[in-house]
Amino acid sequence: MIPAPFDYIAADSAAHAIELLAQHGDDAKVLAGGHSLLPMMKLRLAAPAVLIDIARAPGLSGIRVDGDELVIGATTRHADLASSELVRAEVPLLAHAASLVGDPQIRHRGTIGGSLAHADPAADLPMALVALGGSVEVSGPGGTRRVAADDFFAGFFETTLADGELLTAVRVPRRPGVGWGYEKFVRRANDWAIVGVAAIGGRIALANMASVPMRARAAEQALASGATSAEAAALAPEGTSPGEDIHADRAFREHLARVLTRRVLEQIS
Amino acid sequence: MMRVELTVNGERRADDVEARLLLVHYLREVCGLRAANVGCDTTSCGACTVLLNGESVKSCTVLAAQASGQDVVTAEGLAPAGELHPVQQAFRAEHGLQCGFCTPGMVMAAVSLLRENPRPTEQQVREGLEGNLCRCTGYHNIVRAVLAAAEVTA
Repeated sequence: MIPAPFDYIAADSAAHAIELLAQHGDDAKVLAGGHSLLPMMKLRLAAPAVLIDIARAPGLSGIRVDGDELVIGATTRHADLASSELVRAEVPLLAHAASLVGDPQIRHRGTIGGSLAHADPAADLPMALVALGGSVEVSGPGGTRRVAADDFFAGFFETTLADGELLTAVRVPRRPGVGWGYEKFVRRANDWAIVGVAAIGGRIALANMASVPMRARAAEQALASGATSAEAAALAPEGTSPGEDIHADRAFREHLARVLTRRVLEQIS
Repeated sequence: MMRVELTVNGERRADDVEARLLLVHYLREVCGLRAANVGCDTTSCGACTVLLNGESVKSCTVLAAQASGQDVVTAEGLAPAGELHPVQQAFRAEHGLQCGFCTPGMVMAAVSLLRENPRPTEQQVREGLEGNLCRCTGYHNIVRAVLAAAEVTA
């Protein structure tokens, strides 16, 4: 399968990429690892006229501490997150989530910014960011702003990134020593979650239980009010709207959300 | 057309290619290196696995343009002509292949795995090869081969 023709431009910097986005508008897509975009282009589900490659633009990758947060450059790869001593010590949930994306080859290419901007509701890193209460930094012609994870995912493969904006970095609160749990139910080793659950510090996030990664707020509130893990987990599907496909109908996904949430909460306690 | 300049199996190359040319097609059709196979063509099976800057990648999901300026190694480039890399040697000794279609990708994934984890456990080998499918289902001997290679290379 061959993508439709396009022009390829390697951006020298974030500012260059934003300039190119302004110039090419809707005809352009940003390319980093390409492990979500290129498969869609090969299937002709996407056919951008221009690809703006930011993978080697300096200043967009790397992991550093900034006060109470870790700042992770958008083009930081899953393999780098998973193996980073800093991430493993400060935000182990995130390192674990990154280690479960796809397979080793995919983790050598795929990036955190790409995964978040792609906004697949079944993916690991969007759910992890919601569980952690992280945020993203985005830059555009109007300047730079920060968007909380809870406000970033707008719909199925849709974010609140505005036209011409580039996701440049990800911020996550440092949580060394804080209990966390992570479960992902898959059919095959390197598959997307049929349902996923991640929890830390009283926040519980669900993957593939709606068009966006979402909080299990009823379960969170029950926990905060002193409910047991089992009692809280029973509420996990409340407010969700899971899709149905060949792998799972709605009732099965709701069942998985309850079971996986209980397991995740038991990992913490 | 655009120009890509990269190193393939130690040889510096410069070629004019279409921007949409995938790395696997560049390697097979422009460079004439046929070890990397196109299997599923959807980033699943791993038959097209090559090393990009020493790390395994699925070359059906990388543009030749993305590899420009970088270092690519295919199974042909693992060892000098007429010799076998320890991982290739181990696949032969342990019968780690049946039809052979997945083998070049398996070998490259194993080379990358052993660079990151020189002494993996059996479970780590199985998980480390999760991106490579063998439709002959010859996984037991493939895992044995990687463990045997680790004994030599670690």
